[in-house]
Order: sequence, then structure tokens, then C-alpha cells
Amino acid sequence: MAEQPYTTVIGLEVHVQLATKSKLFCRCSTQFGAEPNTQTCSVCMGLPGTLPVMNAHAFELAMQTAIALNCDIPEFTKWDRKQYYYPDLPKGYQISQFDLPMSSDGYLEISDPKERFEPKKVRILRAHLEEDAGKSIHDEAAGKADTEIDLNRTGTPLLEIVSEPDMRSSLESRAYLQELKLLLTYIGVSDCNMQEGSLRVDANVNLHLEEGGEKIATPIVEIKNMNSFRAVERAIDYEAERQWREWQETGRKLGESPKQTRGWDDAAGVTRGQRSKEESSDYRYFPDPDLMPVVTKAEQVEEVRATLPELPAGLRQRLGEEYSLNAYDSDVLVNQGRGVVDYYLSAADASGNPKLTCNWVTQEVLRELKEQEIAIDDFGVTAERLSGLVKAIDDSLVPGPRGKEVFATMLAKNCDVETATKELGIEQVDESELVALCQELVDANPKIVADVKAGKMQAIGALIGQAKARNPNVDPGRVREICLELAQKA
Amino acid sequence: MSLLDRSATDLLSDLQSGELSSVELTQAALGRIEQTDKQVGAFLYQDAESALGTAKSIDQRRQAGEQLGLLAGLPVAVKDVLCDQNTLATCASQMLKNFRPPYDSTVVAKLKAADAVLIGRTNMDEFAMGGSTENSSVQLTRNPWDLECAPGGSSGGAAACVAAGMAPLSIGTDTGGSIRQPAGLCGVVGMKPTYGRVSRYGLIAFASSLDQVGPLARTTSDAALLLEAISGHDPRDSTSLNQPVPAYSQTIDKPLENLKVGIVREHFAEGLDSEVERAVRDAIAVYESLGTEVKEVSLPHSKYGVAAYYVIAPSEASSNLARYDGAHYGHRTDQAEMMAELAAERKELEEAGDTRGLDNLDTPLIRMYRRSRAEGFGPEVKRRIMLGTYALSAGYYDAYYLKALKVRRLIRQDYDKAFEEVDVIAGPVTAAPAFKLGEMVDDPLAMYLVDLYTVSANLAGLPGISLPCGQSESGLPIGLQLQGPPLQEERLLRAAHMYEQETDWHTRRPTSI
Ligand SMILES: [Zn+2]
Repeated sequence: MAEQPYTTVIGLEVHVQLATKSKLFCRCSTQFGAEPNTQTCSVCMGLPGTLPVMNAHAFELAMQTAIALNCDIPEFTKWDRKQYYYPDLPKGYQISQFDLPMSSDGYLEISDPKERFEPKKVRILRAHLEEDAGKSIHDEAAGKADTEIDLNRTGTPLLEIVSEPDMRSSLESRAYLQELKLLLTYIGVSDCNMQEGSLRVDANVNLHLEEGGEKIATPIVEIKNMNSFRAVERAIDYEAERQWREWQETGRKLGESPKQTRGWDDAAGVTRGQRSKEESSDYRYFPDPDLMPVVTKAEQVEEVRATLPELPAGLRQRLGEEYSLNAYDSDVLVNQGRGVVDYYLSAADASGNPKLTCNWVTQEVLRELKEQEIAIDDFGVTAERLSGLVKAIDDSLVPGPRGKEVFATMLAKNCDVETATKELGIEQVDESELVALCQELVDANPKIVADVKAGKMQAIGALIGQAKARNPNVDPGRVREICLELAQKA
Repeated sequence: MSLLDRSATDLLSDLQSGELSSVELTQAALGRIEQTDKQVGAFLYQDAESALGTAKSIDQRRQAGEQLGLLAGLPVAVKDVLCDQNTLATCASQMLKNFRPPYDSTVVAKLKAADAVLIGRTNMDEFAMGGSTENSSVQLTRNPWDLECAPGGSSGGAAACVAAGMAPLSIGTDTGGSIRQPAGLCGVVGMKPTYGRVSRYGLIAFASSLDQVGPLARTTSDAALLLEAISGHDPRDSTSLNQPVPAYSQTIDKPLENLKVGIVREHFAEGLDSEVERAVRDAIAVYESLGTEVKEVSLPHSKYGVAAYYVIAPSEASSNLARYDGAHYGHRTDQAEMMAELAAERKELEEAGDTRGLDNLDTPLIRMYRRSRAEGFGPEVKRRIMLGTYALSAGYYDAYYLKALKVRRLIRQDYDKAFEEVDVIAGPVTAAPAFKLGEMVDDPLAMYLVDLYTVSANLAGLPGISLPCGQSESGLPIGLQLQGPPLQEERLLRAAHMYEQETDWHTRRPTSI
């Protein structure tokens, strides 16, 4: 990438659908994909007279996430009404949190194993809970222009995680989103399914540049409607270039025009401006008089903290410190999710060779998972059996080069390493037998012996081939060692 | 004395002893409604068949020796703001004229569980906004004491039906005085409980932080009985208080010893009608004659009560009423007419070459909201939505809403201080007896002042009761208000009962009907 004349400044707002069984303020199911309006009740449809009651589990999941994001959890948080008219917002307001969110001031560390950017802490401004709106379905078939409303999603708990504008490239933004998603799945607070809308991203983007010694920022643009990490990356890159062109044309700085909202058109690969009428709004926030403020004591925060599982960052560090894995390997394992990490940990503990185990997991196991499109829990070679294989190779019971063959057999026959080696006729060659075989070969090939003595070590390769032909179980490395020794002595 | 001139407590004991059947009583009430409601206009609608059916089944269950609820067989009228499953709940608004909620409000569910006979739905100011019931979009309710006078509001129908003997008991709601004020003007007992004492679930909200459901009745004993039936914690209402409900109907007869009654200096200021002042002072003299200590206290911030109320209540109302947009239920404007209107406007703008006007032209969705709300809401509701929307707007929030919340806190502090010295506070309910219908219709600000003595209790969340304590020369009832600390409904009822025992105002009946 060519050196750009500007710095792209990016802040992300991520809406995460929390994995509760029921909605934030009623007991309706949050299951995705049900028939429209089958998961609704008087409360989430906002019928006159109905009142919200907070789902304590949703609050706890939000707290787990906020704590994992190193946020402060204040003792007092309240609910506010954010008021706007929209057909899929049945009450005419959304219950959200405005000036006293349930958490603030955290951070998430990001890094790139390929070292394309320096590791950094992206600060989290706040994370707050709110209810989701419904869905409008536009039915324009047969010349109609009807809009139908599905309120199944209405009231689903969302955690809105707002970062500070700490990212400087689409690459960093993507890393942030991936790390965030990984964190959320480790805690199990969300399924993070972007297709189903469980994780939605808005990006605030502007440029910082210098002209004539003056530091200048361009107006901030909020990009909405991105439904994959790839789309976020493309939209940010597109928007940075667009803003650079616009700056050159108009010279307009931050504060000289209101914050603009643009939608991302993934097919066309462009962001498009929305009508200014659609973006200017006065939400008239005020405390929701139907809900009591939530008081959280420090002990409760500590209780929740204690229930948190080991998080990706901590795991990477442990894999480095206790298993001597390099940063790249740790990252590959951790990024696969907790299941693969657990698989690795039990295999490595049992085999006693963490590095060799890691190679097997990151190469063969992950390749198989990808090919078979299955999760680690459904994988045919259990961690225990893999550790058996690694140990057998480590103890030279299985010659290294035949390991893959053994692994394939274990997978195909659903068996352990002993059965697989027997099946393949792999037996350990007795040391004296091996020495005898090597002696025989050295004796029978004086030319090679002469070459070796003359310093042409590679000549010994021919003997390895012959040895393997005589007995497929011989360890080629060992044959080389013995033959060289005998040849030198001959 | 006619059956319907008797108290609910008396009727209940006759029902229990078998001297009276619920069917007889219900028939009598329905007959009375039939006979007098054409003049009074207290009821919006009734289902006589269903009421008689309930009465009959209660009689049968009683005969079978079944254990029955607290109100078994007594007719109860319900203000048209509380949801009753599959029964119209219109809030006297065109917006909800066809709304049949698919669920029971907690209060209605409790009435049903107490084996009450729901006798009909009473008229009110639209969405409970008003002080005279003249804001009903359906009909006028008249004060049974003088049919040219207003019954007060917004629970005007609820008060009038009890005063006219059409129902022994009725349910109202009080946001700024809407139970106590019409009770005072109609000469009946009305009580606003502590905020959170009675569930708001299924009460169609006007101002959530102020609304509270309460009883209207002939006597304090009757009010105690009805309050006992509807009070209690409700897990469906987060603001509901998790406190046990005392058996108010059992303790009402016990006088309070060493009662200290406070009178508020600011209550007897300019603007108080002299007949009302005399009646209230006489009532206080009655307490003194019972050996009660009377002490003057001060509520210095109460003079800001109405102002704070008219910021907070409309703010919450503007938000609570946003859901009536024509999209999901309630009134929706005529689609074809609306599209034609938009097309005509577009054409006109195009011909005039007004591009800015075209740019600002409503989308069909926005126009649908606008027209539906313009058609569905009456003038007072619109006025309050506008007030609230303004008060919550960016730039005004701090100056109005937040300032009002501060006043609210100060008012509560005044009360807390006063209740360190006295047990209850006694004073007027309204500044004057019932006013003429139409007298204040064009003067909303004057109308807002009718809640002068009642709003503070709503802002502070405290219980208050209104009971008859006199009559004007022209024969209109005058009310006495007692207010108490949070959750002291029992104390208020007993204190009110002490007064009631000494006087006969509660036995007087209107003669004009
Ligand atoms: Zn629901």
C-alpha cells in the first residue's frame, strides 16, 4: 500500500444480540427464524397498559461482557427512553441507556500475528443494554407496496459496545471485530451470527491530515448496514478514499457540517449518503418511569468476574508461557475457539510434547475439520488418541514420515494409534537388527562408502532407500546416522 | 332507604347472610343506571348480561358453600382506562374506540378474583387528561348534585356513578388528583394510594411516574374494602412495592390514639373559596373535639407543584402516547384519502416549482402518522403532547424537565419534614365546589389549577384521601383531604373514619336526580 497523505480514524459501534432464552423486558422467546409475530406478547408489542420487567439474565450476560472488556461497572445504572417514530418500533420509543450506561471505560487489545500493525489497546467508551426493534418486510410483489411488520425481534436484548476512535486502518478495525467476536464466543454471551443479525456494526470514519502545519480533521461519517467483516473492511477503505477526494474538492472540516450517515451498498462496493431528513433526530431521551434503576454492588461484580472463563488474551499468553508455543501458533489455536484450545490442551498434556502436538493440531486436525466442515467436538480422532500418536512418534515407535499415514488410518477406522500401526504393519525395528541391516548394506556398496569417505555425505541417501525397501518400518533418520558411522569406520 | 343508598359494607353483610342476592343487587344497579344515567352520563358502556351472569354464578357458588372473595357479589364500576380482557378499553378517545385488550389489567384481575361484579365502564377525560371529564371524546358527564355542573375529572364518571347510586363502588385513577378532586366535587370518598401500592399493569398510561389506581366509594369503610381488594405487589410492574397489604377493612373502626393532625399554612392562601375554607376549618375543629392535637406545618414548595406537574406529566404523556401512531392498532387514517391528499399537494408544489416544498413533503408513512394522530386525539391530549415534546427537546430538557424533577424532590422533602411532626395533613381537596360545565373549557390554564391541592401528593408519591365535609349554600358538596406518609393508607383511612363517625355528610344524597 502506498503511503497515504492522511490518517484514517475509525471508531466502531457494535450491537451484540445476547444469548438469552427470553427478551429483555418480557418472557417471549428470542429464537431466530420463527413465523412472523409468533414470538410476541402484549408487552413486546407495546399494547396500552403493558409494562416492562427487566430480564436479570440479560443484565448478567451484559455484565460478563463488560467485565471481559475491562470496563468499569458503576453501582447505579438506569433505563432511558429513546424516542423516534418507526413502524417496527411498537412503543414509539426504544428502551436504552443514555447518560448512565451499565459499563464504561474499558479496552480490548488487538494485534496481528503477521505484524502488519503494532499491537494496541482499543479503548471502549461504553457498553450499554437496549432492546432491539422489530423488522419491516417490504412486499412489493404484484405492484403492491405493502409493508408488513414482524415483531419477533422486538425486545431482544442488545449490548451496544462503543469504541473510542482508536483504529487507524480497516485492518485494525477487522482485527478489533474479530477479537471482539472471539471474546464474546469464549464467554458464550452471543452466537455472533452476522447473517442472523446477532452482531451488527456501524463505523464512524474520518480523516486526520496536515496542511501547512495545521492539523485538520474531516467531518465524521457513520457507515451503517454492513453485514460481514469483509464488508466493514471494504466500506472503511472506500469511505477513506471518498473523504480524501471530498476534502480535496470542498476543503470542508470537522464541525463545518453535521455528522453524516451513509449506507454501505455491498454489491456496488460504495457508501451512499442518506437524506439529511432521515439522519437529523432529537431523541428526547428521558429516564423510563416504568423501570427502576439497577443497583450493582461491588461484590456482585466480583461474583460475575469469578464466573468468567479464561479469555483469549490470557490463553494466548498461557500457551506461550506454559506450552512454549510461539505467538503465531498460540494465535492460530486460540482463534479457533475454546473447543480446539481444549482439544489441544488435553492432547498436549497427555503427549508431553506441546510443540509437536501443536503442529499436529494446527496442520492435520484443522485441515480435516475444514474439509469435513465439522466442529472439533465431532472430530473422529479424540484428543487422547492424538496424544497417543504424538507420543508414539516422539518415542520413535512410529517413524515420523509415516505419521500422516497412521493419522489417516486412525481417522478412517476410528481407532487408536496401536490398532492403526498394526493395521499398517508398522513395527518398531530392533536396534541390533537395524545395525545388522545397515552393516550389510555398507558392506555391499563399497562405492558409496568411498564417496562418503571422500566427503560426499549425500551418497548415503541411496542406502536409506535400500533399507526402506528391505524393511518399511525403519526410521530413515536412524538409518542415515548408523550407515554414516559404519561407512566412516569401514 | 333504597337498596342503592346503602353502603357497600352493609350490602356485603346482607349478601353474606343470604338476605340479598347478587342478582337482585346487580339488577337494582342496572335499573338505576337505566333510570338515571341518561341524565348523568357516567357510563360509557355496560354489558348487563355478563354482569348478571357473574352475579348469578356468585350466588350459586355462595349457595354451594364455596369460599368467596372479598367483594363477592358487589357491583363495581371501572374507569375506562383499565384493561379488561376482550372488553372495550377506549380511554374515552377516538384513538382507541375499537380497542379490546387481549389481557386483564392486574386491578381488573384482582376484582375478578375478589368476585366483584363488573357493572360497566365509566367516562373520563380522554387518556385521563383533564379536570372535568369534559375532554371525553364520547359524552358529557354531569354532576349528580347539579346537572349543570362538572363532576370533576378525570375520574368524573367513576365519582358520579357512586354519587348517583348507580354503583356502590368504583375504580378510578389519580395522576394529579383525578380521584380525589371528582370525589370532592361529587361528595363521595376517593383515595389515591401510595405510588406502587396498586399495580399499574394494564392501566393505560398517562404519566407513568404519577398514575395510581384507587377506590371511589360512599364511605371510608367501603373505600377500605375496595383498596384491600386491589392492593399488593405485582411482579409484572417493576414499580410495584413489595410490601404486605394490611386488612384495611378490619382496622378501619379502630380510632387512632394521640393522632396529630397537621394543617398546611400554604393551603389557606388567596384563592380558596370562603365556603370551602369554613367547611375545612369546621372539619379540623371536629378533630380537635376528639382530643386530637392540631399543628400548623409548612409545605413551602407546594406552590410550584402545579408548574412541576405540568412539565413532568406531559413529558411522560408525550412518550407514553407515541405508540398511538396508526401502525399497530387504534385509529388509522383512511389510506385512499391520504394518498389523494398527498398527490394533490405534490401536484400543487410541482406546478409552483417549489422544490424545497417538494423536498419537505411527507412520505406516505409520515403522513399516515400525522393524520392518524390528528384525527384520533382530542385538543387537550394534543396540547399536552406538544407541551411534553417541547419540554423534553434538546436544549430545553435541563431548563424544564430536570428543573421539574428537582422541584419534585423538594416537595417530597417538605412532606418528609412535615410528617416528622404530624401523622396526617388535613386540608381542602379543591379551592371551590363544583364549577359549571363549559365554564373553563376555553381556559386550560385555569383548569390546570383545579388540581392545586392534590398534585403534590402525586409528585411525592404519597397517599391521600378525599371525603365529604360540607356543602355550599347552593347545595354542592365540599371535600376534606387527608394526606399521609408513604404506605400509611391504613392510618389515613382510620383518621378519615374517625371524622366520618362524627358527621353525616357521607349520608347525604343528591336530590336533583
Ligand atoms: Zn413479549
